[in-house]
Amino acid sequence: MPLKLSDLKVGDVYSEEVCNNLSRTQIVQYAGTSGDYNPLHSDEIFTTQVAGYPSVFAHGMLSMGMTGRMLTNYVGDGRLTAFGVRFTAQVFPGATLTASATIDAIREENGEHFIDLSVSTQDSEGVEVIKGQASARVDA
Amino acid sequence: MAVDKFPIEAGHIMMFARSIGDANPIYYDEDYAKTTEPGGVVAPPTFVQASAQFDPDYFLRPKIGQEWFGSAKGPTGITPKEGGSSGGGSGGGLHAEQHYVYHKPLVAGDTLTATVKPGKSWEKEGRRGGKLMFSESVTEYRDLEGELVVTATSVGVRTERPATS
Repeated sequence: MPLKLSDLKVGDVYSEEVCNNLSRTQIVQYAGTSGDYNPLHSDEIFTTQVAGYPSVFAHGMLSMGMTGRMLTNYVGDGRLTAFGVRFTAQVFPGATLTASATIDAIREENGEHFIDLSVSTQDSEGVEVIKGQASARVDA
Repeated sequence: MAVDKFPIEAGHIMMFARSIGDANPIYYDEDYAKTTEPGGVVAPPTFVQASAQFDPDYFLRPKIGQEWFGSAKGPTGITPKEGGSSGGGSGGGLHAEQHYVYHKPLVAGDTLTATVKPGKSWEKEGRRGGKLMFSESVTEYRDLEGELVVTATSVGVRTERPATS
């Protein structure tokens, strides 16, 4: 359901757990649908022995995709006008992530109403893995 | 990534939504989707990333008949060159930032084209990975009428050595 202007105020927070104990299989699933088969995300032997990382890790875009689910559940389908993130830490198998959005501003443009959100996704230790912003159209 | 024809297919959307753990029926149930504001199956906000599937040259997909740098029997499938390095590599850097601007809903049945423009590039001294080299690219996704649907700005980073955060 789209959000209604009269129910919103600056500082409102919405959050959702977007993955629990992230499996290597889900990372493989994301490789398959996105088409990004970089071995760093699924190939432990390559990743540890050739690339020199401690383990395979999730695509940044998987974390962004999961964060996007929180946003569309909050603002409604087809309502996002912008969504941008920085990938601030790698996400390893076993991660449990919580994504949250905070209303920074409520504004009117050409008779339509929008909210600007700051977006943050954190793991269970409180490490921020995604930091970003989004905007969405809301009902008057 | 530049793509001549990116068909927005309902089955692809369903599988993509599953892979990001999103059970919203608007991504797979046409009857439900008809009752929603967009009026049909739409793509999740990050779906255009999957245009990689339709880029014939996308370098992070194994190509038929070519060596693949991921492991096979050994840790990399690249045959070592005589006197050269052992092959492999980090897979072309990491994704640092991604930004989308949505101009209109992306609906199953649409066909998009994608054109890429290079953006800025800059360097920064990293805390753990040595020198960080950033570069930006801007991809415009347009429908068959030529109207902008999504603008995607991607920032990639290359590091001198593996950076674990």
